[in-house]
Amino acid sequence: MALDKQDVENIAHLARLAIDEDDIPAYAKNLSNILDLVEQMTAVDTSAVAPMAHPLDMAQRLREDEVSETDQRDHFQQIAPSVEAGLYLVPKVIE
Amino acid sequence: MHDKTIAELSAGLKAGEFSAEELTRSYLERIERLDGQLNSFVTVTAERALEQARVADQRLAADEAGPLTGIPLAQKDIFCTNGVKTTCGSKMLDNFIAPYDAGVIERFQAAGAVMLGKTNMDEFAMGSSNETSYYGAVKNPWDLAAVPGGSSGGSAAVVAARLAPGATGTDTGGSIRQPAALCGITGLKPTYGRVSRYGMIAFASSLDQGGPMARTAEDCALMLSAMAGFDRRDSTSVDREVPDYAAGLNGDIAGLKIGLPKEYFGEGLDPEVAKSIEAAIDEYKKLGAEVVEISLPNTKLAVPTYYVVAPAECSSNLSRFDGVRFGYRCEKPKDLEDLYKRSRGEGFGPEVKRRIMIGTYALSAGYYDAYYLKAQQLRRLIRDDFVQAFEKVDVIMGPTSPTVAFNIGEKADDPVTMYLSDIYTIAVNLAGLPGMSVPAGFVGNRPVGLQVIGNYFDEQRLLNVGHAYQRATDWHTRTPKGFE
Repeated sequence: MALDKQDVENIAHLARLAIDEDDIPAYAKNLSNILDLVEQMTAVDTSAVAPMAHPLDMAQRLREDEVSETDQRDHFQQIAPSVEAGLYLVPKVIE
Repeated sequence: MHDKTIAELSAGLKAGEFSAEELTRSYLERIERLDGQLNSFVTVTAERALEQARVADQRLAADEAGPLTGIPLAQKDIFCTNGVKTTCGSKMLDNFIAPYDAGVIERFQAAGAVMLGKTNMDEFAMGSSNETSYYGAVKNPWDLAAVPGGSSGGSAAVVAARLAPGATGTDTGGSIRQPAALCGITGLKPTYGRVSRYGMIAFASSLDQGGPMARTAEDCALMLSAMAGFDRRDSTSVDREVPDYAAGLNGDIAGLKIGLPKEYFGEGLDPEVAKSIEAAIDEYKKLGAEVVEISLPNTKLAVPTYYVVAPAECSSNLSRFDGVRFGYRCEKPKDLEDLYKRSRGEGFGPEVKRRIMIGTYALSAGYYDAYYLKAQQLRRLIRDDFVQAFEKVDVIMGPTSPTVAFNIGEKADDPVTMYLSDIYTIAVNLAGLPGMSVPAGFVGNRPVGLQVIGNYFDEQRLLNVGHAYQRATDWHTRTPKGFE
């Protein structure tokens, strides 16, 4: 599986990652090598195998839909890059 | 004091031979004097440690002490610690002061343990050499030119160099066992669900598991009893009684059935490492164990399967780092997309970016069946190999790592070669089983680790198997030169 420059740019966009133009060839090479390694999976026929979601076949634990957390907004927002009046600030989204 | 095990230190504290404060000061002094060579700590929490030690001394005086009360430990910098910087080895979290404690941290606090600081690690636990850390590579105390392994390389180096008697690690594909092997210490990855993942920064949620790293199996037993147990805040935590693992150690392994998977002794295994492992198995025979050859036919598929499952889950987990709520934010973002892209592009290192991109690709429209679904099917086959093996044997043994520690820089530019160094540890995570690495010799001056894999929730047996070997051998007592 060989990825080209365009593939790397598409994947980086989907992942919301800015990568340097100069680094793209190295990413293309390394990611292609990793996908070649992964390609070994196709050697095995798994059409009759159920995918494994949990090693112990456990189901998700459920709880009553009740409020169990207290409001700690101020505490958690102390470490935010930019807040105002309890809101997280980001660049303007709507013109 | 620093050459004693946790069990010995605990006895010394209870007998009043030294105080928790004296003990803590002695380790802080060693860290100050020796860690410049190793780079094993990201943050040393000296003041907090001394405060905790004084509280521990009060508990000891009031006869309210448990086995870990007053014992100084180092915590991998993946566990959130309230009010203390928690970096996960990343520039992304260089400014992150965790606003709460991880479940594991709470448990150690309740046990009265002292936190010396936070240990260096591969960025977001993605690496096998500790070279991907934003804070620089950690060096192996046995040979400063060598890697300590990863991702819990800081924790392994700390314990090997006697800068703490025990430390925590996390293991997604071998990140406790491989550095334990490469640094000549004992490390245990518990059954998936045994130790709470609450507040443990997520890499691959279906594989991640925290566990103890210490000099001996007995010390790992003491730490695991404190760490393990149900936590409602971790949705995959298992509600099951936690034994007193240390009390369950009797060193008797007569009649133990050991399975040796032929796939773990083939091509790629360094012949000198193989010799040490074979000698360790002979020792087990002398102790009364019976050895049978077994097969884990899907072993070869573990690495390819892992490099779909782990990156897929990582790409999803790491989407939370967006430059909005916490962590790194780029300068002067021109719009929201630019904020996301540059914060993530500048905040993450190359290995993390590679894995996010592989995961994003594997999960993208049209590729899900060929990658993630296929990998989850193979995961069942890999798990079934172990299930069948454990119908015949009590434990499985083999090398933890195909080689001893490699040199810093040797594999840093070639991700695939690096990935293959985890060939013997990864299947255990995919299957959710417990596994342990025990010191079993040296090649030159670099340690060899014996891996012991157990059935689900069979940590007690693993620890006892390690304990029996450590009563008969002295590999675990060796100290690296310069750190005596």
